[in-house]
Amino acid sequence: MTAASAVVPEIEFTQVGKTFVRSGGGAPFEAIRDLSFTIARGELVAILGKTGCGKSTTFGLISGLIRPSRGRVAVQGHDPYGEFNWFRGKIGIVFQNDRLMPWRTALDNVALGMELNKVPDRERRDIAAAWLARLGLAGHENDYPHALSGGMRQRVSIARAFAGKPSLLLCDEPFSALDEHTGDALRREFRDLLRETGATSIFITHSIDEALQLGERLMVFERPARIAFETKLPAGMSEAERAAVAGRIREVLAGEIAA
Amino acid sequence: MSLGGGAAMPGEQPEIQKLPRTFFGFHYESVVALCGLTLVWQIVSLFVPHFLFPSVPEIAARLIDIFSSPKLIGDALATSARILAGLGGAFVLGTMLALPMARSPSFERYAYPLLNFNQGIPALSWVVIAIIWFRGIEFRIFFIMVMTTLPAFTFQVLDAYRGMSKDLFEMTLSFRPTKRDLFRTLIWPTVLPGILTAWKVNLGNAARVVVVAELVGATGGVGYELLQQQQLFDMAGAVAWTLVLVIFVLIVQGVISLIEAHVLRYRAFAEHAL
Repeated sequence: MTAASAVVPEIEFTQVGKTFVRSGGGAPFEAIRDLSFTIARGELVAILGKTGCGKSTTFGLISGLIRPSRGRVAVQGHDPYGEFNWFRGKIGIVFQNDRLMPWRTALDNVALGMELNKVPDRERRDIAAAWLARLGLAGHENDYPHALSGGMRQRVSIARAFAGKPSLLLCDEPFSALDEHTGDALRREFRDLLRETGATSIFITHSIDEALQLGERLMVFERPARIAFETKLPAGMSEAERAAVAGRIREVLAGEIAA
Repeated sequence: MSLGGGAAMPGEQPEIQKLPRTFFGFHYESVVALCGLTLVWQIVSLFVPHFLFPSVPEIAARLIDIFSSPKLIGDALATSARILAGLGGAFVLGTMLALPMARSPSFERYAYPLLNFNQGIPALSWVVIAIIWFRGIEFRIFFIMVMTTLPAFTFQVLDAYRGMSKDLFEMTLSFRPTKRDLFRTLIWPTVLPGILTAWKVNLGNAARVVVVAELVGATGGVGYELLQQQQLFDMAGAVAWTLVLVIFVLIVQGVISLIEAHVLRYRAFAEHAL
């Protein structure tokens, strides 16, 4: 690691604000107000908050899909919106719904990011097949999405995000659309998979249990998105310590609702 | 390590349904319906004057005559080529109009009323305009075909582009594709079903328009031959030449359906209809 990379945070939000102009002349909607935080390289951060607290807007700002109204967003020292193409092959995203292309087979969906990043055909097909096998979908390489169940499709989308070896992984409530059994099965090993890749990972969720299960650091957002509570979740925390953190989060969220 | 427990979860694989049976790309029901129509025509021909309803064997004999004569086959092929050339031109021009319309609201505000205006112009007016404006017969017909089918192609490609999933667009964009890759991996597959539908819909329109264009301005082709049959008061010949055009349309529609079945094979379909 160079000296420069040691001091540049992986993600840096400085007094960021985002206001959406409503169509039809309604009052502007402020989704994020003066949000500042840094995330170091390799961290696994869970962002928690109630629906509509700006989690997904924060996600959009980090991924460069939307532009901040105020302040500065930097990812690996670059502006993800303004320097859009610089991030080619560097960011992997697992969305809330699978977002698979219906005209591509499972294998071709997994290979999409690598294809756009000009990885040679043979190599990307081998990698995609290996990821499908790893996620329990060996034998389904040539299946189209309509022939797969919701859980299988979401596993294909997870494979798609991981297959390109991104240095930053963004996960936007990837298990929320799944039934409890399938969601649990995927969640159990997801954190190990994230750790194994060594990528910086941001995990957005509205479930306290999921945040505690997956995160190494936890940020709770209030509305409009600002950090209301933040804590580290070191490995080996006792059940009692986890319960205490969960209780504190519930207090923060309850206070935010009361406010 | 295997996320999700290695193999696919029991019961996760939905049932894959069987495709309906077809006969050379046509559903059996279509073949039965056409045979029924032929039978009804033959029965009517037994009770109605010959010059109004010639018998099916007589029409078949005229059809065989057409397909036995190199000159008449040339007429049929000329009309087919004119239809395909006109549709091809309208498709290319329509796509070139639709894509900037979809991406630029200000361009759309200028182009949309012009296309709507064009839709109000009858095919016969274009025939007259083409005869006055242009000298070459083939270019006249090409111009008429393009002008009459252009709005439908443009609107259908535009609608198909507009129907593109915002979720898929964002997902693809997150991989930072080049414009060319974005078109190849997302936009083209998204608009392709609409394009195939546009070809199927416009094929019938084009077949009707080309006959009008040939009736007035051509010295060969199905429209020209139909005009000859009208002057001879030959109903069997008129029906036979009409069937030539219908056969061409059915063949091209069959080809489009085969292409559609191949490129849209990813689509699921429900076992029960509404």
